[in-house]
Amino acid sequence: MGAARCIKKDALLTWLEEVGKSRLVLAPRAQGKSTAFLPFDPAKGISLSGLATSSPKQALIPRHEALLEFRYTKTDQVPAQTGLAVRELIPNQPTLVFGARPCDARGFTVLDRVYDAGAKRDVYYCARRDKTIVATVACTEPADTCFCNRVGGGPGDSAGSDILVTELDQLYVLEAVTQRGEAFLLEQKLPDATELADKAQAARAAVRAAMPEGDSLLGAPDKVGALFDEMPFWDGVAAKCLSCGACSYLCPTCYCFNITDESKGGQGVRVRTWDNCMSFQFTLEGSGHNPRATKSQRMRNRVGHKFCYYPTLHDGALSCVGCGRCIAHCPVSMDIRRIVSKALTYEKAAKEHSNV
Amino acid sequence: MGSQLEDLKTAIRQALPDLDVVIAWAAGPDGLAHTPLFITSESDVDLVQWDPRCSQNLAGYLPGLRGKKVGIVAKGCDARSITELLQEKLIDREQLTVFGLHCQGALDPEKIAAMADCGRYVRSAEINGGELKIVSSKGACAISLENGLLAKCFRCTGADAQPCDQFIGEHGAPPVLKDAPATTLDRLEAMSMEERFQFWEEQMGQCIRCYACRSACPLCVCQDHCAAQSREPHWVDQTDHPREKLMFQAMHALHTAGRCTECGECERACPVGLPIMTMKQALNRQIKALFDYEAGLDSEKTPPLFQFRENEEHIKERKW
Repeated sequence: MGAARCIKKDALLTWLEEVGKSRLVLAPRAQGKSTAFLPFDPAKGISLSGLATSSPKQALIPRHEALLEFRYTKTDQVPAQTGLAVRELIPNQPTLVFGARPCDARGFTVLDRVYDAGAKRDVYYCARRDKTIVATVACTEPADTCFCNRVGGGPGDSAGSDILVTELDQLYVLEAVTQRGEAFLLEQKLPDATELADKAQAARAAVRAAMPEGDSLLGAPDKVGALFDEMPFWDGVAAKCLSCGACSYLCPTCYCFNITDESKGGQGVRVRTWDNCMSFQFTLEGSGHNPRATKSQRMRNRVGHKFCYYPTLHDGALSCVGCGRCIAHCPVSMDIRRIVSKALTYEKAAKEHSNV
Repeated sequence: MGSQLEDLKTAIRQALPDLDVVIAWAAGPDGLAHTPLFITSESDVDLVQWDPRCSQNLAGYLPGLRGKKVGIVAKGCDARSITELLQEKLIDREQLTVFGLHCQGALDPEKIAAMADCGRYVRSAEINGGELKIVSSKGACAISLENGLLAKCFRCTGADAQPCDQFIGEHGAPPVLKDAPATTLDRLEAMSMEERFQFWEEQMGQCIRCYACRSACPLCVCQDHCAAQSREPHWVDQTDHPREKLMFQAMHALHTAGRCTECGECERACPVGLPIMTMKQALNRQIKALFDYEAGLDSEKTPPLFQFRENEEHIKERKW
């Protein structure tokens, strides 16, 4: 890693406030009963205990994003003729995401492969990504729903981060991961901590070693793909699913969206909003036909996308980062780990019913 | 509770050959919450669990399984949803086998997680008498069950499932609980209209529009055809304004007026913990005052908004 700086824990808010003068700072904050990445407010503090309820994907793909504004105009020359004025709304806000977890940051790499894919660059996403610094705080206490170590990640991983932050007693050690992170860190008036880098690495390694191992899910693509036509399997695992969108919307890697024009009178806005493949409307066609009319088919798509289709397109990288939000917040305690494990050991011939 | 669980398993095993599926609960991903279990073979019966961690109301699955012979395990409050579904003819009594239980209260896993100061990695959790003992990454701790109950348990109107085909265990009164938490509705009624509006604006600002509230509601039967996701009619737009989300909550509340049994699934399901049952409670108070009616208590009664009477006892239209 590159440059290393440190900051005392009790000075963190003051530093974030200072950073906030030149860029938007998004950090986890408790509001009501949940925690979300919200614009930093020194009076309200930040919440770094555990994993935020919502993921920070909101920083790069907002829940709701105005793509453009439009307005119909009348000309007085030809009454029947309507003009259209369009204004593009490209984001231009330098941002620091502070307090993402390694799974969240890995989630950004999943989004990058889709939205920043060579010739196919999503201008809105890339404008945000280019101006956003991701400072990730390494985990010290994985929860029982965490399984980053089973999907290729780890509680101290730096993939997707610009800066990796490690807790050491009363200090946070900030280490640059990318050039962008390095440039940002060098601008900060923080003491050098190069000599603490080894200690920080040892602390991360200790957390990694203490995290219970589970079977790797990296070999899922072939097995999950082979079950595509095995509807009894999907009927079994999806039986208790309510078809809501809590899992997709809390997920750091679910990136599907809807685009609608919301107009009032002669003007309006084209908005891009999160969409969710567990919803009946997601694949509902204009004709009324729905290729995924049942929740079993939709569950097959959600699991298949994360553990088969995406990795097949992207060199084996799963689009699940093991944050466990979908497990912790599912109204019916659905557990995606059990579904994938079941798929790995499922014997087609047995035609067994798959309760998970 | 062990023998009650064994009795329940025996009853399910006996009934299973005549049923397509039995819905019960099994151990969940962590020790704090159980998860619904769809039993279709005898080996599934071994997975059945019954204790205060069986929080979900399973009645919501019934309309989607119409046409099948379904067995369902029900707590007192779950059975009220079943009654309401029967009243509305959304399910068929003769296709249904209810395994009724006496409930001592259901746990709120989020409340427990917040109270349990013994680390985030739950290694095991077991219920022993009135306590939930948790062994976690930082040690062990015990939580009194009473302190970890769902808010609805403090307003329990009947702990024994009714209707029911097979009652498992002893009948009993609702648990006697002290210190009922103040409801959001009580707080709101003490506020001015402006303050109430501000309250909802703030709450709805947190909504992520996942519609878990709707999907978990046993009486939301439009589900896949919900007006909230419809472009035609376009009653709710896709912008992230609290106004749109409040509009959906208002629709949900109005659709369940006089039907909602306050089972609390909407609030329990909400991943960001919004107090959205409050609107339904407010309407229920009105329904009680106007029609002296509470939903889901009598399968022979017609819900007040399902009928028209020329003269309503408490609505003096001619004197307006």
